Amino acid sequence: MAVSEKPAAEGPRLVRPAIPTNPPLLRCILTKFIGNEVRKAGTDRVVVGLSGGVDSSVSAMLAAEALGAANVLAIKMPYRTSSEESLLHADQVIACTGMASLQVDITPQIDVYFERFPDADALRRGNKMARERMTILYDHSARWKGLVLGTSNKTELLLGYGTLYGDMASAVNPLGDLYKTQVWALAQEIGVPEDIIRKQPSADLWAGQTDEAELGFGYHEVDQLLYMMVDLRYSRGELYAAGFAESFVRRVSDMVQHSQFKRRLPVIAKVSNRTIDRDFRYARDWGR
Amino acid sequence: MATTQFTVAVAQINPRLGDLEANLVLYEERAKAARGLGADLVVFPELSLTGYFLKDMVSTVALQLDAPEVKRLAELSRKGGLIAGLVEETSDYRFYNSAVYFEDGKIVHVHRKAYLPTYGLFDEGRYLARGDRIRSFDSRFGRCAMLICEDMWHPSTLCIAALDGALVVFCPSASPLRGISDQHEQDDNARYWELINATYAQTFALFLVYANRVGFEDGIGFWGGSEIIDPTGVRLSKGRYYEEDLIVGEINLKSARRQRVISPLLRDENIDLTINELARIRGRMGVTSSESAGPLAVAPSEERPALRTRRVSRPARKR
Repeated sequence: MAVSEKPAAEGPRLVRPAIPTNPPLLRCILTKFIGNEVRKAGTDRVVVGLSGGVDSSVSAMLAAEALGAANVLAIKMPYRTSSEESLLHADQVIACTGMASLQVDITPQIDVYFERFPDADALRRGNKMARERMTILYDHSARWKGLVLGTSNKTELLLGYGTLYGDMASAVNPLGDLYKTQVWALAQEIGVPEDIIRKQPSADLWAGQTDEAELGFGYHEVDQLLYMMVDLRYSRGELYAAGFAESFVRRVSDMVQHSQFKRRLPVIAKVSNRTIDRDFRYARDWGR
Repeated sequence: MATTQFTVAVAQINPRLGDLEANLVLYEERAKAARGLGADLVVFPELSLTGYFLKDMVSTVALQLDAPEVKRLAELSRKGGLIAGLVEETSDYRFYNSAVYFEDGKIVHVHRKAYLPTYGLFDEGRYLARGDRIRSFDSRFGRCAMLICEDMWHPSTLCIAALDGALVVFCPSASPLRGISDQHEQDDNARYWELINATYAQTFALFLVYANRVGFEDGIGFWGGSEIIDPTGVRLSKGRYYEEDLIVGEINLKSARRQRVISPLLRDENIDLTINELARIRGRMGVTSSESAGPLAVAPSEERPALRTRRVSRPARKR
């Protein structure tokens, strides 16, 4: 962890409660969730972007279990700098489940676009790639007559560590309430290949990129903090007493706060008596 | 003449949100299946005629008790009892989360949910009016009471029902699954419910018929696990978790008698002590008796809840 410069406050140390994982129960709930929510939309098929990472592997395999592998279309969407290993891992998941698959190389459209904007930095390029992949998934969801299955986990969603309308876009997301730590445990349970579980998490935005190096802290540490802060509602003082550095708590809190916009609909100016999502309120499952 | 022995069924269903017709068909199918299993009475979950997270749909799916849809439900009770969960609309256009007990083609009793959860994922207080009474009622299966889901998380409701003579409490529920722990096969909410169901049944020496729903609404799942508990706290029947099911259980009211002989807690209940102490506590909380709904003496005696035309005045609260 790169941010532990200050020791915790004096006083009795507070024991950190372990994040529960219960993989068999999560497996049961999430497969039923996928089956239920997908079928309510009038289909039993999904499309998922398979990167070769643990999140998309878990999502795809849960969907295969819930809907049958024949109803899952996995789309690999590499860019020329994407790692070969990621593609191999994606192929392993496809092979072990028997789901349908497709590869769409996004290099041509990305390179043509950035020829016009050569000054774009890595962040802009990464975001553009994420959004390019999203448009491909939605296009194929129409062709495949299935929903786009999300792969974002709770850690990423809380930290805002994802691209709005890119990898954060989906119709149904089974992992959005699971911390990365829980995703890893679930991955073991459902038989995701070990190499995928063990490797360093990466959005594969550029060669050698890893999530933890970019964020400056590890998933286990931040999951523990988020679990106590968000789920169990520990106060700042209690978090310090549990041994979290003040700077770490502050940084993570800021990330959660500043990314709130990514977890909400765009701001709508209220003019009428009933405004969408404010006082015009219906469940998404309306009539289903 | 009430029977002391009968078979109760719980239809653990997954209704469609806001689709009354589809859910009526589901009711008809399950009621028929329950009769096929020998059930004298079938209990459906909370708001299972409409779905739970209705939000602005509440007024759209609400039914006055003389509505044709309610008559269809009444028809289902020609050969036995039936408990439905629906949004009840009153003649002055208030909307209640209600459980309706039908028998012989007629409405025998209506319970309006008294405790509307409006915290966390719940939003009932925003859309629904609050019921203001808990009454036991006589049925062909003896004296019963109905409580809806969150009502049961307030132990006073069970106590009132038991003191009002209920030997069977029906609890239609739409309990969401939430919280996981290691080493437990069900979510935390399911385990808490099972704990209170068994505890209440034994404490108040009555049968407890808990009817929970399943399925997902906007990603929020309902855990099922309906159950029928006898007055010793023993589970007579159990529904599957997270899946639709239809369970039946044999109820013999004599076992409530045995339990009340062995453990006469209700006999020894000191109502005056409770009333006096609650009145004292209410005073400490700053509500005088003239501002309150008043003691039991002013409560109407009829079984069907009468509409209160004048709201009880309470100290002004900052909004």
